[in-house]
Amino acid sequence: MSPQTLSTLTILILFLPLASFVLLLALGKRLPRQGDTIATGILFITLALSIVVMIGTLTRAPEPAIPGFPSAPIQSTFTWIDMDATIPVLGQQVPLKIELGIMIDNLVAIMLVVVSLISALVHLFSIGYMHGDKKYSRYFAYLGIFTFSMLGIVVTNTILMMYIFWELVGLSSYLLIGFWYEKPGPAYASKKAFLVNRVGDLGMWIGIMMLFTTYGTFRFDEIFASIAAGNYPFGSSTWLTIAGMCIFCGAIGKSAQFPLHTWLPDAMEGPTPVSALIHAATMVAAGVYLVARVFPMLTGDALLFIAIIGAVTSFIAGTIAIAQNDIKKVLAYSTVSQLGYMVLALGVGAYGAGFFHLVTHAMFKACLFLGSGSVIHAMHHSLHHLHDHDTDPQDLRNMGGLRKKMPWTFATFLIATLAISGVPLFSGFLSKDEILAGAWAFGSLRGGIGLMMPYIGFGVAMMTAFYMFRLVFLMFYGDPKRPDIDAHIHESPATMRIPLIVLSVLSFWFVFSFNPFGAASGWAVKSLPTPVTVTGTHWYPFAHGDGHEAAGPASSATSHETADGGAHETAPAPPTGETITQANPAQEALAHGIHAAHLSAMITSLIVASLGILIAWGVYRRKVIDVDAFTARVRPLHVFLSKKWYFDEIYEQWVVVPFVLFTTRAMAWFDTYVIDGAVNGVASVTRFQSWLSGLFDTYIVDGLVNFSGYFVGFFGIVMRKSQTGRIQTYVVFVVLGVIMLFYVFY
Amino acid sequence: MNFPFLSVITFLPILGMVIVLLLNKERTKAIQTTAVVVTGLQVLLAVVIALGFNASLPGINNEATMQFTERLPWISIPQTPWFGEIRIDYFMAIDGLSMPMVVLTALISFLAVFASFSVNKSIKGYFVMFLLLDAGMMGVFCAIDMFLFYIFWEVMLLPMYFLIGIWGGPRREYAAIKFFIYTLAGSVLLLLVMIGLYFTTVDPATGAHTFNMISMMHPAENMKEGLFATLHSTPRMLAYIALFIAFAIKVPVFPFHTWLPDAHVEAPTAISVILAGVLLKMGTYGMLRISFPIFPEFAVYFQIPLMIFGFVNIVYGALCAMAQTDFKKLIAYSSISHMGYVILGMAALNVQGMTGAVMQMFNHGTITAMLFLLVGVIYDRAHTRGLNEFGGLYNKMPLYSFFTVIAFFAAIGLPGLSGFVSEAFVFLGAFQANPFWTVLSTLGIVLGAGYMLWTFQRVFMGTLPEKWEAVMSDVSPREIFTLAPLAIIILFLGVYPSPALNMMTTSLDHLVRFVKASAPAGQAFLGGF
Repeated sequence: MSPQTLSTLTILILFLPLASFVLLLALGKRLPRQGDTIATGILFITLALSIVVMIGTLTRAPEPAIPGFPSAPIQSTFTWIDMDATIPVLGQQVPLKIELGIMIDNLVAIMLVVVSLISALVHLFSIGYMHGDKKYSRYFAYLGIFTFSMLGIVVTNTILMMYIFWELVGLSSYLLIGFWYEKPGPAYASKKAFLVNRVGDLGMWIGIMMLFTTYGTFRFDEIFASIAAGNYPFGSSTWLTIAGMCIFCGAIGKSAQFPLHTWLPDAMEGPTPVSALIHAATMVAAGVYLVARVFPMLTGDALLFIAIIGAVTSFIAGTIAIAQNDIKKVLAYSTVSQLGYMVLALGVGAYGAGFFHLVTHAMFKACLFLGSGSVIHAMHHSLHHLHDHDTDPQDLRNMGGLRKKMPWTFATFLIATLAISGVPLFSGFLSKDEILAGAWAFGSLRGGIGLMMPYIGFGVAMMTAFYMFRLVFLMFYGDPKRPDIDAHIHESPATMRIPLIVLSVLSFWFVFSFNPFGAASGWAVKSLPTPVTVTGTHWYPFAHGDGHEAAGPASSATSHETADGGAHETAPAPPTGETITQANPAQEALAHGIHAAHLSAMITSLIVASLGILIAWGVYRRKVIDVDAFTARVRPLHVFLSKKWYFDEIYEQWVVVPFVLFTTRAMAWFDTYVIDGAVNGVASVTRFQSWLSGLFDTYIVDGLVNFSGYFVGFFGIVMRKSQTGRIQTYVVFVVLGVIMLFYVFY
Repeated sequence: MNFPFLSVITFLPILGMVIVLLLNKERTKAIQTTAVVVTGLQVLLAVVIALGFNASLPGINNEATMQFTERLPWISIPQTPWFGEIRIDYFMAIDGLSMPMVVLTALISFLAVFASFSVNKSIKGYFVMFLLLDAGMMGVFCAIDMFLFYIFWEVMLLPMYFLIGIWGGPRREYAAIKFFIYTLAGSVLLLLVMIGLYFTTVDPATGAHTFNMISMMHPAENMKEGLFATLHSTPRMLAYIALFIAFAIKVPVFPFHTWLPDAHVEAPTAISVILAGVLLKMGTYGMLRISFPIFPEFAVYFQIPLMIFGFVNIVYGALCAMAQTDFKKLIAYSSISHMGYVILGMAALNVQGMTGAVMQMFNHGTITAMLFLLVGVIYDRAHTRGLNEFGGLYNKMPLYSFFTVIAFFAAIGLPGLSGFVSEAFVFLGAFQANPFWTVLSTLGIVLGAGYMLWTFQRVFMGTLPEKWEAVMSDVSPREIFTLAPLAIIILFLGVYPSPALNMMTTSLDHLVRFVKASAPAGQAFLGGF
């Protein structure tokens, strides 16, 4: 397919969901069936086009590599803002303009299908799930703008456009989490989600500012090329590391990584299909996608930071998921944990593994969420039938034995659970195995803190298998804990079953690779070659020699690259655009390590997964131990886990409350009493002074005036006495005067 | 250009005022129609001017490239003792800096007229004052002669005083006096500097002193001797500071801002709209039109302090906003925060930052105007603005909520809406100038979202209190008419900002280069910060 056709189709894919949004928002209830079929139809068209684009892209002959891309992507760019001015960049004056555009490479093509597939199925599922909702039409409109924003993140070739759609995804997530805003829970959760995400976005924005100030462009390819040519922010690779970490902050927010993961479980207040679409399969994967996108520019230190965050996240969330009783909470923490896994994989340099897990996870996690939606839907209807509005339809403790009443939901849920637990023949096994091999190789190459990655990786794999099967056993097996509810449980309608079936089929191994024990030969991993880092020697410092133990005998096949890498080591000249598209020795070393670790990782992963499932089976099916008694014995730990490590409480107590109640109020007080007090004080002082002046004027100045008047008047009165008008008196005065004069002069 | 566009657009409201004065005060409809027609014509004229505007001419300190120039001798007293010849020109012109402001003023005034229809106390007097205010505002943005500028600056003060003082809320007199005296204090400083500049500047063509601002921007040719003749001298520094305070009061910059919340809370809706939409912009406009080009060396010297002022405004305004329980006061403080972005952007002294700043002036004008209109809508119905007294308006007033979502998210700086574009440019510019203060200022992004979404949760989500069930009705056609144009502009400029940006870039780029060229390298106050 020609690049033009692919670009055109991609643009069409991007704007179709927007059209759905605009149409439903404008016409809404006037459309037939309130527009649900139109929206769903549009999404299925989008899906069809996405598949066409994917096939077209993956079957293209590879282009020559450019910095940061194994094969030059198709790009189609337009100038959004052209300022007719220049700015100084790297010592030159370059025109100030902002380009936006789309880019198609394998990463984009696969992601397009993932997003539009899940979105289309969620649309279909929602027809049944949201049936009868007051804001039915608006719901589908919101799904449309979400899909548009998410596709925008995927197809862009500039980091600014990614940020733009990143924020739009934040908006649509806000609208959808808060869809039932009448209730306090969703109202609070939507705000929390947006704000927590904004904190991460802040970091991302700072990173973007750093990149733009340094490179004068937002385009990925231009930024990568400039880094490859040895240009770093503020002239130092440390700042390149910081820029990478800043951009990763965006992923910390959106992909719910520690320490900003707390919004995601609360986001389950939204309708369950939304949870499946946004908070399991696509939006939260945006962070992982972002890391994959900027992967070439991440230095070793930045990647280590990313790996640690991913590892910590997956561990914390995994432990929390064990102790939750709300189905959606279990799935939410499981999502956080799996996202941590993907981030870990990218952080250790296992690029293909991390992104592959994103794809497989999207399928089975969407299936799990929609399955839980199907159960909640049934529970809700049953409770509605019983006029019971107090029982929580999502609480595991009210379920049990549902497999008989809901066979389709059960079967699909089980398949997805097997997939997420890493059981062979399912997609999760393939991707998880890749990640674990990556972590293993990284641990042995890096040593030190790097060893934490494989340990956490296998630990989390076991926890995942355990809590997922705990979920299955408690929901579908055993006897119904509330027979009254169980009596009215029905399987969900076809619109809800079809997406489940499709997604569960997509959770099998053959979708991604015909070899059930290795994804490496499958199309998905093959089409995701790791891009060569543009950071050159600033990547992880391991080379062939360091990775000897892990690389083992496998290195003989690639002696050519070894020689190449050796040349780099001996002469660590500043990397140039020429050399940077060639293999990076450290990445080569890691690739060998992964290859060598593959088998051992697979066996270990099988063991831990079986152990996890076995324990769950023993505890919840065979009841080898009494769960309640055990929980009581480890009560502090259980409370700690079920309270989610107290993250929410800590943030509430130490961040939100002091901030909202103290800082803002202190500022407002300061404003009212100090700043405005000073203003009013000046006014008061002026008025007091004017009052004083008034007094002065009245009593002193005017007093003097009046005094002169009184003075004169007084003398007038006194003197008047002398003016008697009688000659005799005057004569007496004259005589007395003459006598006085006489005495004075003589 | 032979047709005196700028005079017509400035004095049309005066004509309208005269007509209103002649009308009987009982003829409400006729009075309102006059105001609508006059401001409507103003909008038309603004559009005509914008269409005829040549965006490739820089203007600023270059008289030949100013556009729509009108220059007539106005006051001329030959040979007075001491003063020599007194010559004041009637000099109006615009460039890329004032063009967006002219459009904004016309637009906001027009919409404010419709928002004024809910005023029912001495309507005739109200519209007389309103139109006078309109003329004053428009004049400020068109005047190039500083004396003329000062006259318009003061003209607008008086009607504002009465509009708040007579048609305002319960504490209107306090607020009006505070506003008036505060601004007047600034005006005194402006007047002093203006007189100083007058006696320093000589127009070589006539040999007389001049108030022409463009002449003042060329000290080498026009300032041979006098108080402000020596660059980098203390008198010029004091003059820059005095001007800064004069304009800072108007913006308002912390700590000169406390008149604003009071004035906003007490002013009627339409006047709040004008106050936030146009009046505040005069402060930043004054800095860019007068302080920066006339005292360029101190614009550079005080770059970092100005950035710090921007940062403080952004963060402090947002923090104060978060603590408010009065909807209008919250918007007033958010205004302070958003004007901080303007200060930050112009302090960047590069074309990105400066363009972001002027674009932010325009965007803040439209977004905050919309926010005040929205507050007015519920105040008209409920007669209270207490944030905690509402809830659940989303279901009761869907269309109103739709407009609110647009305005709120534009204020938060959501991409796709105009606020994002200007904030992004401000940050990109400021980061290049000084990463430290810029990174601190980005806190405003989170804080802004915080108070806006919290407000949205309190007012629109949840359930409607029983007592509002009867009174709260969705927006009326008249209200839609005032809100919709702003929403469209916000959306349009968010998706396609080039029409606004192209108008200003050339001038602002010129301004930046000109200012920077006037400063010796490496000299800056708090430079190491």
